Amino acid sequence: MLIITCPHCQEAREEEEFSYAGEAYIARPPVPEEADDATWGDYVFHRKNPRGWHWEQWQHVAGCRKVFAVKRHTVSYEIAGSWTLADGKALYLEEQA
Amino acid sequence: MANRYSLWSLIKNGLKHHESWQPAWKSPQPKKNYDVIIVGGGGHGLATAYYLAKEHGIKNVAVLEKGYLGGGNTARNTTIIRSNYLWDEAAHLYEHGLKLWEGLSQDLNFNVMFSQRGVMNVGHTLQDMRDIERRANANLLNGVDAVVMTPQEIKDMVPLIDISNRTRYPIMGASFQPRGGVARHDAVAWGFARGASELGVDIIEQCEVTGLIIEGGRIKGVNTSRGDIMADRVGCVAAGNSSVLAKMAGLRLPLESHPLQAFVSESMKPCIDTVVMSNAVHGYVSQSDKGELVIGAGIDSYTGYGQRGSPHVIEHTAAAIIEMFPSFSRVRMNRQWGGIVDVSPDACPIISKTRIKGLYFNCGWGTGGFKATPGSGNVFAHTIAHDDPHPLNRAFSLDRFATGHLIDEHGAAAVAH
Repeated sequence: MLIITCPHCQEAREEEEFSYAGEAYIARPPVPEEADDATWGDYVFHRKNPRGWHWEQWQHVAGCRKVFAVKRHTVSYEIAGSWTLADGKALYLEEQA
Repeated sequence: MANRYSLWSLIKNGLKHHESWQPAWKSPQPKKNYDVIIVGGGGHGLATAYYLAKEHGIKNVAVLEKGYLGGGNTARNTTIIRSNYLWDEAAHLYEHGLKLWEGLSQDLNFNVMFSQRGVMNVGHTLQDMRDIERRANANLLNGVDAVVMTPQEIKDMVPLIDISNRTRYPIMGASFQPRGGVARHDAVAWGFARGASELGVDIIEQCEVTGLIIEGGRIKGVNTSRGDIMADRVGCVAAGNSSVLAKMAGLRLPLESHPLQAFVSESMKPCIDTVVMSNAVHGYVSQSDKGELVIGAGIDSYTGYGQRGSPHVIEHTAAAIIEMFPSFSRVRMNRQWGGIVDVSPDACPIISKTRIKGLYFNCGWGTGGFKATPGSGNVFAHTIAHDDPHPLNRAFSLDRFATGHLIDEHGAAAVAH
């Protein structure tokens, strides 16, 4: 059972209070009308699906209902932290750089 | 020379106190070069190697398995076999598999214990029943057997089921595929391994692929924990680890890996002689030849490679089974398993060439790959042998995620994902 901290409520709760909402920070093609089918297909369907650290979105459905970012390890299920989408994005971009 | 199993060989070896049986498959050292390397020694990978050797005459083949045969999802699933899919492409692919199942024990000279005890998909709402009728009609138009049953007909076949209207989700009917059923999953891996080995395929266990050797957009071989092995063609059949392999080639796949659980009860007297599945309350159950209830449910919602599942999913599944079978409420569970399944956006597999020449992927079977084992191997072997898809898997290529020609089979997948 994952224990996830909601950065909005500032509470650590069991995973059943939350809903998984997929990979975080997927970049939308800046001008969708100009993206070719392969680029658009990659944006809509293709995922990193890593064996290791993963930035993902969770929604606190049984609480504040807000969506936030979690960095979780997909093998050990260790959670490095959770952030609001805006705060997490800065860290995420720093890691990607 | 492998054993030929028959009544005569049983008597002969019996007279020698069963000490003269030969191993079912050889365990050779890897060679430096092969015509084809199959990455992944699960059912689909072994079937691919078997049909490459048998139907396409390509016998210089290696199957590389990081663990041991039958140690992964192949022998840890709920063993259900059916072909009652809605869309033509999927119905034809799974029906091809089901037809191969029907002759598999004879073909392999290995008893895979395929039992056509039927598969029942129960409906609990008016919408369920409309979907069931639509799917049964689609099945009949595709030459797949299908029957729509009333609650009383269900009760006659499965006396323990609760068809009263006192339940939270009353049973309103079901679809039934009489030719569906179950098979012994270990035997499927062992049978294909034995068949492939006999035809000259090298099955190499404890050999993990750590990298793909690609030069000028062509595959040249693989790096493994037992040294580099070269081949012009490499087929990846690694289920939950497909994205990891694809990344080694610089490819991205439309997949997410999730843990899927199954569990098995203590052995009991025969009490259910078909497979009962429910999409709405969300659980499925059959009884093994040993008398255990074999129970499965959905995936964990989040991605993971941890090979264990969440306890609340077990609770959810048990609740679904008890909703349909109240008398199972005090049955004790013996063991549980969480395997990693690769889920695609349209709940259909990907059997495809890639932009790397000679590199092929067979993945995305999600929660329902076991039923397709012989069919999947058969069409994937054709795809590798001809560098061109078999007509039955042409629609299952990677480019459908760019063209938008998805095959939406969430309704027939029986597991919510």
